[in-house]
Amino acid sequence: MASGASGTSKVVSMRDAIARFVHDGDTVVIEGFTHLICFAAGHEIIRQKRRDLVLCRLTPDIIYDQMIAAGCARRLVFSWAGNPGVGSLHAFRRAVEAGNPPLEIEEYSHFGMVARFAAGAAHLPFWPLRDYNGTDIPASNPRILQVTCPFTGEKLAAVPALNPDVTIVHAQRADAEGNAQIWGLLGVQKEAAFASKHVIVVVEELVETSIVRADPNRTLIPGMIVDAVVVEPWGAHPSYSQGHYDRDNEFYLAWENVSRDEKSLRRYLDEFVHGVEDRAGYLAKHPGLTERLAARAMMCEGVNYGY
Amino acid sequence: MKYSAEEMMTVVAARELRDGEIVFVGIGLPNLACNLARATHAPALVLIYESGAVGAVPERLPVSIGDPSLVTGSLMTTGMADIFQLFLQGGRIEVGFLGGAQIDKYGNINTTVVGDYAKPKVRLPGSGGAAEIATHAKRTIIISRLSTRAFPEAVDFITSPGNRGKGKSRKEWGMPGAGPVKVITDRGVLCASDVDGEMELAALYPGVVTEDVTSRVGWRLRVRESLESIAPPTAEELRLLRDVLDPGKLYLKGS
Repeated sequence: MASGASGTSKVVSMRDAIARFVHDGDTVVIEGFTHLICFAAGHEIIRQKRRDLVLCRLTPDIIYDQMIAAGCARRLVFSWAGNPGVGSLHAFRRAVEAGNPPLEIEEYSHFGMVARFAAGAAHLPFWPLRDYNGTDIPASNPRILQVTCPFTGEKLAAVPALNPDVTIVHAQRADAEGNAQIWGLLGVQKEAAFASKHVIVVVEELVETSIVRADPNRTLIPGMIVDAVVVEPWGAHPSYSQGHYDRDNEFYLAWENVSRDEKSLRRYLDEFVHGVEDRAGYLAKHPGLTERLAARAMMCEGVNYGY
Repeated sequence: MKYSAEEMMTVVAARELRDGEIVFVGIGLPNLACNLARATHAPALVLIYESGAVGAVPERLPVSIGDPSLVTGSLMTTGMADIFQLFLQGGRIEVGFLGGAQIDKYGNINTTVVGDYAKPKVRLPGSGGAAEIATHAKRTIIISRLSTRAFPEAVDFITSPGNRGKGKSRKEWGMPGAGPVKVITDRGVLCASDVDGEMELAALYPGVVTEDVTSRVGWRLRVRESLESIAPPTAEELRLLRDVLDPGKLYLKGS
């Protein structure tokens, strides 16, 4: 667990953060629901050739599709494995339909995954849900069980706590201690981070602590649970960062053809993941990208924290 | 004026929404239908997306349900734990839209696998929030094109519960919501029986006869004695869909 010692900078490079906190066999979470998915971290994990990872995310998205194709994953824990608004995740499908590469799956619904993180964060053994009755979901996953409410006798589904080894959260900004502020869609990052043994925060902007303290309601992840801070502008592309850059929908649409063919997916990884050293190198391979996707300013007025 | 099957389905879905209702918006045609309703008869429709946007007013058609345009100008933006616990399980959602690869006669939906779960012929994305929407929304509406493959008597895997499944009715299972009340197809509308929840042909689109529907369903579809006929899209509905809401033909590919 991270220390909360005031004034300690936790800023490290992406390479060092992954080398230190992501190990072969670890249970790894890169969260973010459409918004703030840290592709830069996923790519570094691929470059460092991590193996046998248990990858957990509600929506594996393109980033886990790439990590599955690169052979990083032993098991996928998830609730919706598609390319949002487009169709399939083809590396995932090849793995599940043809065992190429072999992949264990453990499947829930969205609330089931949210509930697993919430239980993990609260140090509870499980979380109850009024779901899954009349479906085949519990029969497909032996970790979804039933509990009887001690007060009403109602039978409820129960999902086990999920406590990852490391959770990686992309944020708009944080200070050097990792007090991270996020606005826009918040996903399940807070629950996932609090459930995790280690937390890496990756940010668009590194700011002074006074900026954080001026707007404390905006802080989603407090520095006390953060182990490392990585400054990586555009690190979420082709996902997005509200107020910084738009989602690259063209990329998501194009991924259909890139990933449908195993060889073209491999060529993509060779050029844009293995073929670069870091996110700056990745950006250099996408001329015009930052101009195309940069967000226009739509500022809120701010609030009065006075008393 | 000519129109496509997708346009008709979207228009029929939009007309199902009442002004001021709280709707849980899914990906694809429902996304378009909700935004069409908001632009026509239901300006006070409250759009809630599982991504955390509440009261969204997207200025562009969102490709995904986590688009940044859902955040800008929304009434509330929150985490997914709130969306699923407070809004959905808390009983605040009046209507939810669902679709799927397979739909059976009780409105059970499969979005998980074609074939056997352990060795699937086709691996589909899975539940996402659909299993929860199907359980908790006060009513759900299913949208799907008709085909005997998409409408088998029994689905390969029940991802989202319909009106009867695994040997029990919704009531016996203790599910809070009313379940799927309608299936909007490309040729007509099926409605759930008040008696046993089985889907029955209740309405036809212009130029469609009963057999066009019954021959595309994998079980002996019940046909109601009097069938409603549904008006085609108006010029204004088509203008909004084509020129304003989906000019890039993101969802209305066939039109």
